[in-house]
This record gives sequence, structure tokens and C-alpha cells, in this order.
Amino acid sequence: MNGTSAIGESAIQAGCRYYFGYPITPQNELPEYMSRRLPKVDGVFLQAESELSAINMVLGASAAGARVMTSSSSPGISLKQEAISYMAAQELPAVIVNIVRGGPGLGHIAFSQADYFQSTRGGGHGDYRTIVLAPCTVQEMADMTFLSFDLADKYRTPVIILGDGMLGQMMEPVVIPTAKNKSPPERDYAVTGAKGREQRVIKSFFVDGKDLEEHNWKLFRKYKKIEQNEVRYETYLLDDAEMAVVAYGTAARIAKGAINRLRKEDENIRIGMIMPKTLWPFPSKVIKETSRYISDFFVFELCTGQMIDDVRLSLEGSGHIHFYGRPGSVVPSPSELARIMARHYYQSQRKKKK
Amino acid sequence: MKKIYSRPKSLSKVPFHHCPGCGHSIIHRLIAELLDEMDLQERAICTPPPGCSVFAYNYINIDMVEAPHGRGAAVATGIKRVRPDCLVFSYQGDGDLAAIGTAETLHAANRGEFITAIFVNNAVYAMTGGQMAPTTLLGQKTTTSPYGRNPQKEGYPIRMSELLSTFDGTSYIERVAVNNPKNIKKTKKAIQKAFQHQIDKTGFTLVEILSPCPINWKMDPLQSCKWIDEVMIKEFPLGVKKEVK
Repeated sequence: MNGTSAIGESAIQAGCRYYFGYPITPQNELPEYMSRRLPKVDGVFLQAESELSAINMVLGASAAGARVMTSSSSPGISLKQEAISYMAAQELPAVIVNIVRGGPGLGHIAFSQADYFQSTRGGGHGDYRTIVLAPCTVQEMADMTFLSFDLADKYRTPVIILGDGMLGQMMEPVVIPTAKNKSPPERDYAVTGAKGREQRVIKSFFVDGKDLEEHNWKLFRKYKKIEQNEVRYETYLLDDAEMAVVAYGTAARIAKGAINRLRKEDENIRIGMIMPKTLWPFPSKVIKETSRYISDFFVFELCTGQMIDDVRLSLEGSGHIHFYGRPGSVVPSPSELARIMARHYYQSQRKKKK
Repeated sequence: MKKIYSRPKSLSKVPFHHCPGCGHSIIHRLIAELLDEMDLQERAICTPPPGCSVFAYNYINIDMVEAPHGRGAAVATGIKRVRPDCLVFSYQGDGDLAAIGTAETLHAANRGEFITAIFVNNAVYAMTGGQMAPTTLLGQKTTTSPYGRNPQKEGYPIRMSELLSTFDGTSYIERVAVNNPKNIKKTKKAIQKAFQHQIDKTGFTLVEILSPCPINWKMDPLQSCKWIDEVMIKEFPLGVKKEVK
């Protein structure tokens, strides 16, 4: 199964019955999958006239109580940011898939990791964050999609799945998670018609500044809770490592290949890796802790360097950061990356000896 | 003694905040009366827009979801697809429906979504202080057309009702006004018909309401009502633009 289909099927298994989208490469396989699949489970697939419209349909469907998803790629996600800000403010759950392509502007139709800032800093206007999940295999795309619906409902917030064109189209064996007939949670704030109860209002406008301030502190407390509870990451061969690579998504896959190659070729090279699985909340703690026994961090991204800022913030001045980036929708092979990593590794070892 | 007039059940017991002579209060009340009369209060959902009518939920006692500026038709589409048995209507101004939200409106209409747009046309952006709107009349002075709207520079007032009535997806479109008792009665009838068409699932429905904005028009309420008759209706003729039988 390819990555986008795995996302689609996993969403359906998680109880998602509504999908609104607009075509853009390289994620079209996902709306195509949903257009075939949703009518068969009494769901609704609707191709909107724009990304703006699609995300606002998501807002409406979520407010009406449904598990709902949209997907797009970078330029389309820029358009969706308006309503993502509204949904963060209105505390509406939804899952938004970004199969990232090259940018800025029209960029390139292939993969990229240049939307890290946009995803992890809120993206739209206002003081908010969205949970950002970063899969690096087709299995993770399925698992994280399933998880994302629960997280969205648990915290009443939009969740972003940050993939890329490579992961979206890659075929791998996958086991789709199932809810075992467990239905999605009832939302006690959904608009359903005020039958036998008080009216419900889902809003983000506060005419009194004090009310807005209180609302923003409420959101802030929620984000703190997410930071405490939902950090996800994996480590790889860190135990004996002298240098730690930090990479996510496709970049992490390539880096893993490069590490394996180097360790096989040269037993003196001891490189491990930290793979963030949530980009927000970022696994700052493990990076800081690792810096107690590893001084060198090699950040590898498919852009000119965005996550590197979070690594720097995590290290709080300790450690030494190396960086390698490829911003043009081109990826180095593991052997190419291995050469670069080895050079940085030996440079850092020489410095240590001095 | 027979009681012939009282506050509709669907209208909350709070005074309207709108400016003197504003049409919103009248339109809010008409909607509330209809929700009572058509027994729809318990299954109605509205998407109010940013603007003077953002507080519709303070007055009309039904479920509401604030829509981003211009996106009412898209938000209402999402709600209606999930809750097909609810009466779902957007409440939108001219800048909202005919400028920033044109695409959302046209495509919801073209899909024949079973939703109703209550389209309040007062020929200005009112909440933001009276700027030029897509429906501002030729020669009309606003804060961003201080010399009067000039068609060579700013184009022409857009007639959404006529435009939408050409769409196969629409089933009831009428333009009305709330500038005198006779027109107010017609407005109520038009909204009632649009709601009924939505319940009967005939297509997309829209009621365009010419509504006074004395403050931004720099007129008193009486002059405003007169201006609708003498100027606005000439540009925006009243009447049923489309009705699918």
C-alpha cells in the first residue's frame, strides 16, 4: 500500500466519514482514495472549489460533531491556515495532512521539509499551536493517522500530519489499525440543533479583551498539557554514540541508511540518531539530556534549516551543532550523506583531541 | 383580550446592540418569528459572519458557528453534510458574500447545497467603518470611494441574486427590502419560502435583503429608508429571481 492510501484507510478506521479537499500534487492519491472509499461506508467525499473552501467545510463538519479530514500540499496548506487558526481558537478537532512539496512559491512537486516552521509555529495568525506528527514509514503514516483523530478529540485541536511526496507515494507493507467497532466520542459542544438544551455557540470572537486574554491563557494551558503528555520520538544506536543525528521523516530514513553504512564500514565511527515523531511538541528534553554525554549534533533536513532552531533551543547553548540541508526537492543517497556525516564526525573527533 | 404581538420564543430577551435605524434587528426578528412559526428552532443552525451581525447568537436562540469572513457557505456546507436534517443557514453581508466569499457562495449554489443564505445588502462594509463594498452604488461616497464610486476605476455594483438565479443548483432566490412595513412583510414571506425550499431539498436558496445603514450612509433612518426606495431599488430591483416549482 502507498502512504497516502494508508492514511486514507486508517482515517476511515478511526471513524472519519468526511473528507473535503482540493487537488494538488503530490497528494492526489489521498483524495482519490477517499472518493472511492467513503461512499462505501456512508461517508461524504466532497471536492471543494479551493483549499480555503475545503478547510472551512472541515470547520463546519467538525463543529457539527463529525470526525473529518482534509489534505493538501504546501501551497494549499498556506491557504488553509486561515481556518486552521479559527479551528484552534474555536477548539475544533480535525486532521490536516500536509504532503509537503518544495517551496517557496510554486517550488517543486516533489518532496521537501520546508514547511517545518509553518507547521510547528501555528502557521496562521494568533497565539496557537497545532500538534504535528511526522511519520517516516508507511506503517507510521497509518498509525499516526489513527492516533491523530484521538489526539484531536482529546485536546479539541487541529492535528497536522506532516508527510512528504516521497512517503506519500512509497509502497510498503502495512497493517491498518482498527477501532474494533468503537465509535468516535460524542462531542458535548457540537451544533446539532438546540433540542431540549441550551443553544451552543462555537466562536472565536471576544468583544471584551479580558475574555480574549482568558481564552488565550486557556489555550496556553492546553498546549502546556500537550507538551507534557504527547512528546514522541525514537532513538537509534545512541548508547555508544559520539555524535547524534537529529532528523525526521524521509530525512531520518536516509540518515538511518547512512549511519548503518558508516558503522559497517568503519567501527571507529559511532553515530546514533534522535528521530522526533512529534515536531510540536518537540522532543527537547531528550536532546538536552543526550547533550550530557554527546557533544555533537548533526541536523539533517530537506530544507535550508528550520528544525535546527528547535535543536538549538533544546540544547540551551550546550553541544555543537552540525548541519546538512538539501532544499531543492533532491535527496542525497545514503552513501552521499554518509560521506558528509563521516567528514563532520572526524572533524569533531579531531577538535575533541585538541 | 387577545394577544396579537409578543417576543418570539426564538428571540433572546436582550436588547439589540445595532445602531438606530439598522436593518439587522428587523431581520433577526423575522428569522426568530419564522423559527417559531415553522417549528424549526430546535433543529436550526446558523453561521454568523464577522461584522455587525457577528452577535446574532446573542439574539437568535439557536446553535451557531462563527464562520471566517466570506466562508459562510463553506462552513454551512460542512454542517449540512453532517446534519442533513437540520435547517442550516448562513447570515452574510455584501462584502462577505459578494467579495471575499464569492467563490464559496457561487460553488455552494452550483452544487445545489441544501442551505439558505440570508444576504444582507447595505452597500457598504459597515462594521469596519463604511468602506466601499461590491454592491456600493455608482457615485456613492464611502470612506474608500470619497469621490463617489467611479465605474472606470472601481467597476459596477454586483447583482448576486440575478447571477445566482442562472445556476442550475439554485431553487429559490428573491430580493427584498426592510425599509417599510410592506417590504418587511414580503421579506418574512421570502425567508419562509427559502426555508421551506431547504426543508423540501429543492436546491440552494438565497434571500437578498436591501437593508439600511444610516450611520455609514450618513443619513437619518427615515432618509435611509427613502434612499432604498429612490436609489437602491433602481439598481437592485426587488422580486423573485428564481423559484423552482
